Amino acid sequence: MSAHSPRLQVHTSPFLRQGVTTPGLMGDVLLALVPVLAVATYYFGLSALLVVAAAAAGAVGAERLLGPKGAIRDNSALLTGVILGLVLPPGLPLWMAFLGGVVGIGLGKLVWGGLGHNLFNPALVGRAFLQAAFPTALTTWPVPTGLPGLHASSFAAPFLHGEVDGLTGATPLNLMKFAHEATPLADLLRGSVGGSLGETSAAVIVLAGIFLAARRAFDWRIPVSVLLAVAVFSGALYLVDTGRYASPLFMLLSGGLLFGAVFMATDPVSSPLAPRGAWIYGAGIGILVVLIRTWGGLPEGVMYAILLMNAATPLLERVDQPRAFGRGARRTIA
Amino acid sequence: MMIGAFARTFRHGIHPAGHKEATEHLPVERMPFVDRYVMPLGQSAGAPSRPVVRAGERVRRGQVIAAPAAFVSSTLHSPVGGTVVGRGPGHHPSGQLVDALEIEADPYDSQRLPAGEAIPWRELTDDEFVTHVQHAGLVGMGGAAFPSHVKYKLPAGKRVRRLIANGCECEPFLTADHRTMVERAADVLRGLEILGRRLGAEEAAIGVELNKADAIAALEREIAARPLPGLPVRVVPLKVKYPQGAEKMLIDAVYGLEVPAGGLPIDVGCLVNNVGTLASLADWFDRGWPLIERVVTVAGPGVARPANLLVPVGTPVRAVLDHCGGLSAETREVVMGGPMMGMPLASLDVPVLKGTSGLLAFTEVETRLPAEYTCIRCGRCVEACPQFLNPSRLARLARAGRWEEMERYFALDCVECGSCSFSCPSGIPIVQLIRVGKAKLREQRAKAS
Repeated sequence: MSAHSPRLQVHTSPFLRQGVTTPGLMGDVLLALVPVLAVATYYFGLSALLVVAAAAAGAVGAERLLGPKGAIRDNSALLTGVILGLVLPPGLPLWMAFLGGVVGIGLGKLVWGGLGHNLFNPALVGRAFLQAAFPTALTTWPVPTGLPGLHASSFAAPFLHGEVDGLTGATPLNLMKFAHEATPLADLLRGSVGGSLGETSAAVIVLAGIFLAARRAFDWRIPVSVLLAVAVFSGALYLVDTGRYASPLFMLLSGGLLFGAVFMATDPVSSPLAPRGAWIYGAGIGILVVLIRTWGGLPEGVMYAILLMNAATPLLERVDQPRAFGRGARRTIA
Repeated sequence: MMIGAFARTFRHGIHPAGHKEATEHLPVERMPFVDRYVMPLGQSAGAPSRPVVRAGERVRRGQVIAAPAAFVSSTLHSPVGGTVVGRGPGHHPSGQLVDALEIEADPYDSQRLPAGEAIPWRELTDDEFVTHVQHAGLVGMGGAAFPSHVKYKLPAGKRVRRLIANGCECEPFLTADHRTMVERAADVLRGLEILGRRLGAEEAAIGVELNKADAIAALEREIAARPLPGLPVRVVPLKVKYPQGAEKMLIDAVYGLEVPAGGLPIDVGCLVNNVGTLASLADWFDRGWPLIERVVTVAGPGVARPANLLVPVGTPVRAVLDHCGGLSAETREVVMGGPMMGMPLASLDVPVLKGTSGLLAFTEVETRLPAEYTCIRCGRCVEACPQFLNPSRLARLARAGRWEEMERYFALDCVECGSCSFSCPSGIPIVQLIRVGKAKLREQRAKAS
């Protein structure tokens, strides 16, 4: 008796896979962003959702039209768009958000050769472009209005800014920088303060970060080193003069620091791969953030800090060669 | 029993699902004898063996049919009593045609192999001991099939202080070593004793992963029952992790020692042997049985009746699979060895070899190639690589054909365990690309010299 004799395939080993996929990893980050988006919508109204949707539409559209065939399936363009939307002001005209998405994917990713090849975080390239092109719109911060809030400015026709209706206010960092006035920490934790959409609830962002670290969707060393560096550096300054410098807790919880540390500095493509490089990279971001916030002309510095360290990533990779097993003097003698 | 969290292990590596449930509790059963056996003359590393029988000659079971052609070359024995029917090219599991002897079993032969006289191994000189092991046809049974006697011939000035028995069996699906430890614990220890005494080892350790609690218990019972004066033996329970059974990883796990790159375990005073090899060593010195059969795990979703079988070397794979109820219609691929480092078979008409630890049948589900995306530099391969290399970079360099650069990043240190390909979310065939690079580098070296 000779049993069934199939036509045999011949692959090479290994025949097992872990089952984690790149679109799945992107999906994890998108999932972690859902509560952040929910809180943003709760405080800033439907305009928040619309801004994120417009940025995502721009990013996905650009990838679809200009990107390699089928690239849309890896979810990365959608993720870039959503992250970009969350670092924009709530009342931003939607056409600007859309344009930011297009530029982020186009100039931030596709011209470099697509996913995996870009030097800078594409969402931040989009934001840097918008900041340069529309400085006023990018620094107009409506005060949190609550759920229904739709800003008329959202619907400004292309190439027009529209008037921001209702109240605008200063962000906690603006207050700190220009009026030396601190915002209550509880407000920062909850997120009921002015700022970009994703700059809101510190508590939700920290939880999302813990979720992502547990799923191994990013290198936990990066957010940890960013926050440690900010805490240590700003803590030292605070000890020098408590009146002049912001407290480290305020530094950690305000502005885009947490969002940037968890969702943007951790973009694997634009950050170092090896552990030691990740520590240096994260610490560099933290130090730059404190430098810019304290002595720079801008109230906020997370975007430039991350972009600068993105640029340093290839250098860090070159310097930081991990020691191969059995090479070097360690532990070869009984 | 040690608590898992405190068990030792090596650094990096991966945690594939074990898939051992189907066979880990099944006692080893004997594979019935079949009509024809094929013995490739080049079964292990080194020079192919030289036949000492002619076509038409009758052979006894266990009789020498091919002698070593050099020092790094092994002895082959007839797996059955019968007649040598010919010598010619036969298909090796690797797909190549190799010189082989074909033996027809005698249906009237009882195929019994009575135990012979024990060999007084204590009285042999070192060289005689090495020659004896070569005559036994002993090779590493973990998969690599490296002739054992070559390992036992120590370079001048080197000595083995620590002898390690490899009972990790970290490859998913495989349970051959597991069953050997449970059912032949005394022989494993006897092999360890003979080798430890011969090589002058100061201590011996048996590295066993924690998913084999019954094997650990069996070995510990045996150690307690028969202590060896001057040669302390202990079982070292290890965390379950792949590729812990790789020699260098096992030494790191058990003793925290790093074998230098390009070096051998002997450079840190260690010698590693698979538990199956040790049991076969005991077979030779206590009973005069050469290595003519081995335990093979037959498993995988395509196999009707998974089993641990004691299979004569040279038995056609087809016969073994038929004995296990045949392959299901969904089977797409049959692998010799484990799923991480095993060899896919292009044909079922190849023989089981001395290094064959398993035969696994996979269906569409396991063999489907993953969708491939670009590398997002997530670093999972770097965290997985037990050699601390940067697999993603090596794969990129291999795609670009930049072989020399690969060497600068230590591509030749790669042990091809496949942990990188396993963990890559972008479905990049990383280890496969590195293999190409290594082959190219070796080619260039051969040309240069």
